[in-house]
Amino acid sequence: MELLNNLALGFGVAFTLTNILYAFGGAVLGTLIGVLPGLGPVATIAMLLPSIYALDATPALIMLAGIYYGAQYGGSTTAILINVPGEASSVVTALDGYQMARKGRAGAALAAAGLGSFFAGTVGTMIIAAFAPPLTELAFKFGPAEYFSLMVVGLIGAVVLASGSLVKAISMILLGLLLGQINTDVISGVPRYSFDIPELTDGIGFVTIAMGVFGFGEIISNLGRPAEHREVFTKHVKGLWPTAQDFKDAGPAVLRGTMLGSILGVLPGGGALLASFAAYTLEKKTRGRADQVPFGQGNIRGVAGPEAANNAGAQTSFIPMLTLGIPPNAVMALMVGAMTIKGIQPGPQVMTSNPDLFWGLIASMWIGNLMLVILNLPLIGIWIKLLTVPYRFLFPAIVVFCSIGLYTLNNNNFDVFMGAGFAIVGYIFYKLGCEPAPLLLGFILGPMMEENLRRALLLSRGDWTTFMTRPLSAGLLVAALLMIVVVMLPAIRNKREEAFQDED
Amino acid sequence: MKIKSQKDFWSGLMFIVTGVAFAWGALSYSFGNSARPGPAYFPFGLGILLAVLGAAVLFGALTIETDDGDPIGKWAWKPLFIIVLSLIGFGVVLPKLGLLISLPLLVFVVSTAGDEFHWKDALLNAAILTGLSYVVFVKGLSLTLPVWPTFMTAAS
Repeated sequence: MELLNNLALGFGVAFTLTNILYAFGGAVLGTLIGVLPGLGPVATIAMLLPSIYALDATPALIMLAGIYYGAQYGGSTTAILINVPGEASSVVTALDGYQMARKGRAGAALAAAGLGSFFAGTVGTMIIAAFAPPLTELAFKFGPAEYFSLMVVGLIGAVVLASGSLVKAISMILLGLLLGQINTDVISGVPRYSFDIPELTDGIGFVTIAMGVFGFGEIISNLGRPAEHREVFTKHVKGLWPTAQDFKDAGPAVLRGTMLGSILGVLPGGGALLASFAAYTLEKKTRGRADQVPFGQGNIRGVAGPEAANNAGAQTSFIPMLTLGIPPNAVMALMVGAMTIKGIQPGPQVMTSNPDLFWGLIASMWIGNLMLVILNLPLIGIWIKLLTVPYRFLFPAIVVFCSIGLYTLNNNNFDVFMGAGFAIVGYIFYKLGCEPAPLLLGFILGPMMEENLRRALLLSRGDWTTFMTRPLSAGLLVAALLMIVVVMLPAIRNKREEAFQDED
Repeated sequence: MKIKSQKDFWSGLMFIVTGVAFAWGALSYSFGNSARPGPAYFPFGLGILLAVLGAAVLFGALTIETDDGDPIGKWAWKPLFIIVLSLIGFGVVLPKLGLLISLPLLVFVVSTAGDEFHWKDALLNAAILTGLSYVVFVKGLSLTLPVWPTFMTAAS
């Protein structure tokens, strides 16, 4: 019953005109950036952060959340129509979706993706509403030692499930943690690594890093590559409604994808990306009807399953952020930053101190998902037109919005210069094959981690064994260690590399 | 000794240098003791750990065979320079000349970073983006941005 009351409160908040408008705005913007290649949700949310100073906390977060799941929808559109996944999580959608488009079945593929995503989004929202309160209860039992260990698990989890070299990813986390140390020490008040520059004593803004690395750094690397020539299936999109047979094939795939995605989304580092890869593998292993189209040649299950999974994963990845204040991926890290900007300390207390925000955000996600189905299916023609916008118009626009955002952070040109610096750093990371997302996670968690570590040591009078003698903390650290060991095992290592092969 | 992976070799070196630099920088702050950790405690530990992991990456780059030597490839110097310099320029010019002059300049200069540059397109883009930014940021969100050049606002 409490669940229903909570949801009623949430829908009450979400159904106000302002909040509906912001959810709509976020969903549209998310679809837009999902469709436009070369601009992802991380850079967009970073660009918008300075402007949320002018908004209330609830509409601001509703809009940012809308951008995140809107991008999942938009990303699948480009994956199906031009074989260019707008978002990393739509990479597998391109495998079968594009083949369907080539066979003139783009409409059915888009519908399967849209309706599957909507179903998954609905289930994901329910799961958040049902599981957030008990998890929050648990979080209140956490002391500094448990929080520290939890952050270790979160950071390790974020990289073991990602692609690429594990040692390099952990190094990037450490680099992020270290950049987070450029600040004034909260306990002693000593400015660290500031070189007597007054702006640095407050720390580097995470918006500055996000824009520099994900905004400018991306642009430089995109411009460094030769322009691609793409084949767009714009004229063939008709027959939007799938056939009865399509429904029969895609339905179970959507169910399986939703289940898998909901579970993987909660795990640190899971989120949408891993969910879609896992769902595609599951669909390939599941037996279909005898005369089905083979996978990789336009099987509708290969579109429906992963699309449902990535949307479910995108929804449930809000759970660790909302209940524990610990972001499982880079987008959630920015959401944590947005809450801090609005003066809300992320963590288990958000549910009790800001119930309007908490339940309103959850309810708005369902509304946002509904709007996205409407936006994407009948209006697909408009989004297709956008695909024809050349990059030479797009990248100056990104530069403009980022530069204005950087300046307005503190009404100071110092942040613009820092952004230019991180543009170089971001390009170096790209060239050296160092994935920047873990760096951002480390940067956000760095100060929190240090504070909890030092408080835990203070409470235990300098006894490091406190992390192992407290059962919850010990359990978490063992889990982190197990994750590293398991991924290092040769058999799993090969599987992991294999699983990410499709990505290239 | 032959480098087997260029990318990992340089990443390893980058991690070692940054880790050592942070650890070395931490030496000037108070360590405290483990019962009362000082400001140097956490960054020193992290810096050492990063340097160790960097060494592991470097070691891997020198020992583990790769197919093609994992080359870094050509650096895109032109877009790198144009974008970084135009950002710095924008930061310098904005407080003096205001948004309505610095923004079109930024768009126009940044546009030259791409392979396809048409001055008509760039001018059009500059006009659209400046207008849009003025409406959204100055009028809509009422952010505090210098709009006009200082010599004009000072005179009035």
